[in-house]
Amino acid sequence: MSKNINVALIGNPNTGKTSVFNQLTGLKQKVGNYPGITVEKKEGICKLPRGVKAHILDLPGTYSLNTTSLDESLVVELLLNKNDKDYPDVAVVISDVENLKRNLFLFTQIKDLKIPTILVVNMADRMDRKGISLDVEAMEKKLDTKIALVSTRKNTGIERIKELIADYKSISSKPILDPNRISPEYFDRLKKTFPQNDLYKLWLVITQDVNFMPIEKKRIQDATDFTTKSKEELKKLQHKETVLRYQLINNILKETYKVDFMAAKGLRASLDKILTHKIFGYLIFFVILLTIFQAIFDWSGYPMDFIDEQFAMAAEWIKDTLPPGLFTDLLAEGIIAGIGGIVIFIPQIAFLFLFISLLEESGYMSRVVFLMDRLMRPFGLSGKSVVPLISGNACAIPAIMATRTIENWKERLITILVTPFTTCSARLPVYLILIALVIPEGKFMGLSYQALTLMLLYMIGFGMALLSAMVLNKVLKIKTRSIFMVEMPTYRLPLLKNVAYTVIEKTKSFVLGAGKIILAISIVLWFLGSNGYSDDFENAESIVTERIEKQGLSTYSKNYIQNNIESYRESALNEGMAPNALQDSVVLLTSELSERAVAQEVASYKLEHSYIGQAGKAFEPLVKPLGYDWKIGIAVLTSFAAREVFVGTLATIYSVGSDEEETIKNRMAAELDEDGKPLFNLASGISLMLFYAFAMQCMSTLAIVKRETNSWKWPLIQLGFMSVFAYIIALIAYQILI
Amino acid sequence: MTVADLRYGQKGIIKDFTEHILPIKLLELGCLPGNSVELLQIAPFNDPIYINLSGSHLAIRRSLAALIELEIIEETQAK
Repeated sequence: MSKNINVALIGNPNTGKTSVFNQLTGLKQKVGNYPGITVEKKEGICKLPRGVKAHILDLPGTYSLNTTSLDESLVVELLLNKNDKDYPDVAVVISDVENLKRNLFLFTQIKDLKIPTILVVNMADRMDRKGISLDVEAMEKKLDTKIALVSTRKNTGIERIKELIADYKSISSKPILDPNRISPEYFDRLKKTFPQNDLYKLWLVITQDVNFMPIEKKRIQDATDFTTKSKEELKKLQHKETVLRYQLINNILKETYKVDFMAAKGLRASLDKILTHKIFGYLIFFVILLTIFQAIFDWSGYPMDFIDEQFAMAAEWIKDTLPPGLFTDLLAEGIIAGIGGIVIFIPQIAFLFLFISLLEESGYMSRVVFLMDRLMRPFGLSGKSVVPLISGNACAIPAIMATRTIENWKERLITILVTPFTTCSARLPVYLILIALVIPEGKFMGLSYQALTLMLLYMIGFGMALLSAMVLNKVLKIKTRSIFMVEMPTYRLPLLKNVAYTVIEKTKSFVLGAGKIILAISIVLWFLGSNGYSDDFENAESIVTERIEKQGLSTYSKNYIQNNIESYRESALNEGMAPNALQDSVVLLTSELSERAVAQEVASYKLEHSYIGQAGKAFEPLVKPLGYDWKIGIAVLTSFAAREVFVGTLATIYSVGSDEEETIKNRMAAELDEDGKPLFNLASGISLMLFYAFAMQCMSTLAIVKRETNSWKWPLIQLGFMSVFAYIIALIAYQILI
Repeated sequence: MTVADLRYGQKGIIKDFTEHILPIKLLELGCLPGNSVELLQIAPFNDPIYINLSGSHLAIRRSLAALIELEIIEETQAK
């Protein structure tokens, strides 16, 4: 049996930790969440020399073990808990050769935990260009460790890391800084009170809460009683520790690390002059945003159409090939329709994550934060809120997870609460189909009304996010110190591999996450729509036939027959069919069509008296003032699981209620209200769009908000406020327009 | 004189401070007495500012920068 080694990758942000992780594990990695919190947990397997296997854990980036955010506290918690199954046998600290001094700060802290610690000096390929020389051997001696010089870009040094990990037993686990030096008096007392415990670990536990408030943490049981020092005094000691560590590091670097500034060349300074320029900076950012939107709305149209066609074909193929029956219906009407509704988002989601990961990898995202900070502040947000708000245009879930970099709790909470107003891609199919139905074609200043409407909806969403942020900023009484600090990393060309991993990983988790919900809902809907309990449902056929004998076909059916015959006549005449033959075939077609119309009326009567129809009817009074019938009501209701369900629900409801393949849009256009007018008109269409713009219809987002804020309070407030607001706005819009 | 008062291209040395008002994170990134600070860029609307703090390239808000006292050492040609 080969033994598994637990390895933890630790390092400052922007040191290329993820690249090292990707190089070590290749595609043998999985991304999940730490139990209870949504901090991403990346794990992978790496094969080492001599048949040893290493289980590698990529910990969130941190500058030190003195935590100021959720991500960082997680690192500390793991390193303090020897019983954790992920507790590392060996720690690998990734550092960047240009910021070695700062990176070594973290290194010395990790080493003081008495974990064997390897130092990886990454980006070694930049040494020449930056005029850096490094005496590796001398440094290994001074730091009492082993060092691997690595370049993930040039693909060198990875083998050396593997060898060092395999040989971890020979790596020293002696600490570097004696904690007694921080305060002899204090640590002496500490030692007397807790003779069993490691002093430095105790110290970390005691000081953990000093800098970081809103998250509750487990503590070492005994340590809670030992609060003989005030916060200010503890902070003073932390400062002392920082100074001591830097003294130590400076002494080591003096002898081993040289920078010839004359030889140093850098892109950063010159690029920053343009990219963070007061005018050009905004212009460039604006152009980049436009490009992203263009990609999401325009370029992704082609693959989306393709996917749409494939799924329509698949559904038809199943209906044609499999024997008719319950299972075939479920497959074609419930499952395929449901899955198609989610797969179609893949191109958009992938494009968005492609751009976001390009911007992040290149180092540009930090510049956006820098540029936007002042603009966001009047709204109670920070420059760091910009990234979540932009990502929110793809999906609120990763966007809310991206708020973790905001240290200020109030700013972070506001960002979390308003992000769901931004127009996520799940709203897009709803908007697109409604716009196509109710907004007339035509142009205004070269732009089509339909495109303008879409743009307006995006602006409404973003504006609403800012507006509610401003209100929340006034209303919320949370005291926090504002520490806004953003590192501006050197610009680098994004590594294709890293970008590809991100895009694949994020897209996959979106599709699987949302897919499960949609699939489940489609099946339940389909079942509820094709079953009923009342006599009306059981005897639908005889009731409808009787009604038709007495009153004739419904207006809808009459229109349906007439439209079909007209278009048939037209195409037949174009093909040059003789009038006589045409007359005969029209008679034949008419009888065929009326037969089909009867079947359809039976089906829709059945639907109306099915479980779902009954539920919808009960729900109808609530949505009637907004201009919706019970079918739309059901679609809106199911959308509270996820917005994109809207189109899928209508597709399922309508295809249960008809026996032929027809596009969902035509089916919607043909729907009539009680007065025989189109159900989807300008008033009800706008009302629906506004409802979707404001309502909180996404279970996954609520779940994420719950986890990120650590209480049900905020997601429930969010759900209540957004939905009531949406209802009122939709009501006003409909009543004005009708 | 504080970091918030720096002009383009100016460089200073952080003065000894006894008051522990600065967040620990800033110290860890190198904001310690004796280290140098150089102003690199100022964001639109004058805030935040972008500094080189003894090798760390950081953006901080003016309110925080005003807490870091320093002495000017270099008066490079301000353009």
